[in-house]
Amino acid sequence: MSADLIIQQLVNGVTLGGMYALIALGYTLVYGILLMINFAHSEMFMGGAYVGLGMLTWLSSDSFPASSFFKGSTFGLILLFLIVFAVAGITIGVLGVIIERVAYRPLRHAPRLAPLISAIGVSIFLQNAVLLWIDSKAIPYPSLFPVRQVISIGGASLNSLQLLIVVASLVLLLILDTFVSKTRIGKAMRATSQDREAAGLMGIDINYIIALAFFIGPALGAVAGIFHGMYYGTVIFSMGFIPGIKSFTAAVLGGIGNLRGAMLGGFVLGIVESLGAGFLSTGYKDVIAFGILILVLIFRPGGLLGESVVEKV
Amino acid sequence: MLVVRDLRTSYGKIEALKGISITVNDGEIVTLIGANGAGKSTTLKTISGQLAPVAGSIEFNGENIAGMPAHKVTAKGIIQVPEGRRIFSRMTVLENLEMGAYLRDDKDGIAADLEHVFELFPRLKERISQKGGTLSGGEQQMLAMGRGLMANPKLLMLDEPSMGLAPVVVETIFEIIQKLNADGITVLLVEQNANLALSIADRGYVLETGEIKLEGTGKELLANDDVRKAYLGEG
Ligand SMILES: Nc1ncnc2c1ncn2[C@@H]1O[C@H](COP(=O)(O)OP(=O)(O)OP(=O)(O)O)[C@@H](O)[C@H]1O
Ligand SMILES: [Mg+2]
Repeated sequence: MSADLIIQQLVNGVTLGGMYALIALGYTLVYGILLMINFAHSEMFMGGAYVGLGMLTWLSSDSFPASSFFKGSTFGLILLFLIVFAVAGITIGVLGVIIERVAYRPLRHAPRLAPLISAIGVSIFLQNAVLLWIDSKAIPYPSLFPVRQVISIGGASLNSLQLLIVVASLVLLLILDTFVSKTRIGKAMRATSQDREAAGLMGIDINYIIALAFFIGPALGAVAGIFHGMYYGTVIFSMGFIPGIKSFTAAVLGGIGNLRGAMLGGFVLGIVESLGAGFLSTGYKDVIAFGILILVLIFRPGGLLGESVVEKV
Repeated sequence: MLVVRDLRTSYGKIEALKGISITVNDGEIVTLIGANGAGKSTTLKTISGQLAPVAGSIEFNGENIAGMPAHKVTAKGIIQVPEGRRIFSRMTVLENLEMGAYLRDDKDGIAADLEHVFELFPRLKERISQKGGTLSGGEQQMLAMGRGLMANPKLLMLDEPSMGLAPVVVETIFEIIQKLNADGITVLLVEQNANLALSIADRGYVLETGEIKLEGTGKELLANDDVRKAYLGEG
């Protein structure tokens, strides 16, 4: 593999890693507090992509009054995307909260397998809802974002969309990291994940913290979903499955329950997968991702930064 | 201040509290002693809202708080320092103390109480940025108590603060309990170390398999033959 190709695959890998990291946080946040794998999380990613699709289509359609303003200037476009991301993030965040309330909270004291099965049920339900009510086929994503080459090194290049994905992911990760380490509510979230009962004794409303985790995770997943739609150009009801499992792998790789671990795991997985695809062939990229999962589970079950898992299981 | 009447709490089908009644008056140190499994922790957990009672009432300053969730009970000023300390192991000493003050927004009061905690437990100040999980057992108990104090408690409920600690440390902890009480905090103390607990308590209750077997002043119970035999290792 030439140097150019390696650099190119690194760029691609970091882009992919940003998306994985955003999704992985949702798995790890919920696991950290409830010790539950939220199998429906991949559908938050998919749902976000569809809400984004709907919003982009609607806001840019000629029948929408401000569409020419949105499409007419850079400022308009930035505003358009900010609105789309915000609406999708909030909508899916609220969906996450509702799912927790309806499908998981009643099972909080049930055997651990019960919420897991409930989550699989929610996942199937959401996929089928999109399949039936929207479309069973792939839908092209509106290409409103101006994709231009920003940097080129030899034969490798970084385009504006990749730059957006990487920068936006890093900014969101940084905000979340600051939130949990510096703010009162963020610290309460950490306390809750370390000892739920003791947190209750501090006056922390556990249900509120859990709801918050179920808002933040899906909201970030929704952002990743829109990025995915923009990056690959299409969306389909089943699009959550593979990125979902890979992001879960990233969360395990970093040490499930550990936020920074999920971020690191996302980028490591994205980069390794892309390099692997470059060295071998793209056909191997899923094999590589799942190979990593198996290796981690065997040799470092606590993950790269894992500490919580050892304590909790 | 606290009036518990006919409290019953179950774990599934097992009835751990079979109708107990206890009273804690303003300014008192009241102790609850009893063998392992008697239901001491269950009593505290039911008062603090970690467990919901099956029947009975818990009145705190005239308000029935039975069945209220833990965070609301805490907001009333009833603070439980749980058995086994339960500190946040991956948070620093300072963060643990901050969590104790979670419901407060009086910055000055919090700062003053932090200073007060560091005066009571100078060790904690030396280890302010150490992770809670790396503290020694005695230091963890100090942190658990300090964290409880940061909530500015009206009623402080301590569950076996002497557990697993060296005698010197136990002595320090008990001196501090008395000092806190002298400063106006009402204390409900659960202890295995009946001798020590009764010697500092105004009144005490003896719990046996979910029922109150005896009650009286600390002195009376210390002098009681049954208590001496069963809990003070005499006879
Ligand atoms: N989570 C639980 N599930 C089922 N039974 C429980 C549970 N917790 C406590 N019990 C039972 O309830 C009874 C009272 O327990 P509790 O913890 O209140 O005792 P204790 O007086 O605090 O004992 P110790 O001195 O050992 O701390 C015991 O028989 C115990 O086995
Ligand atoms: Mg106990």
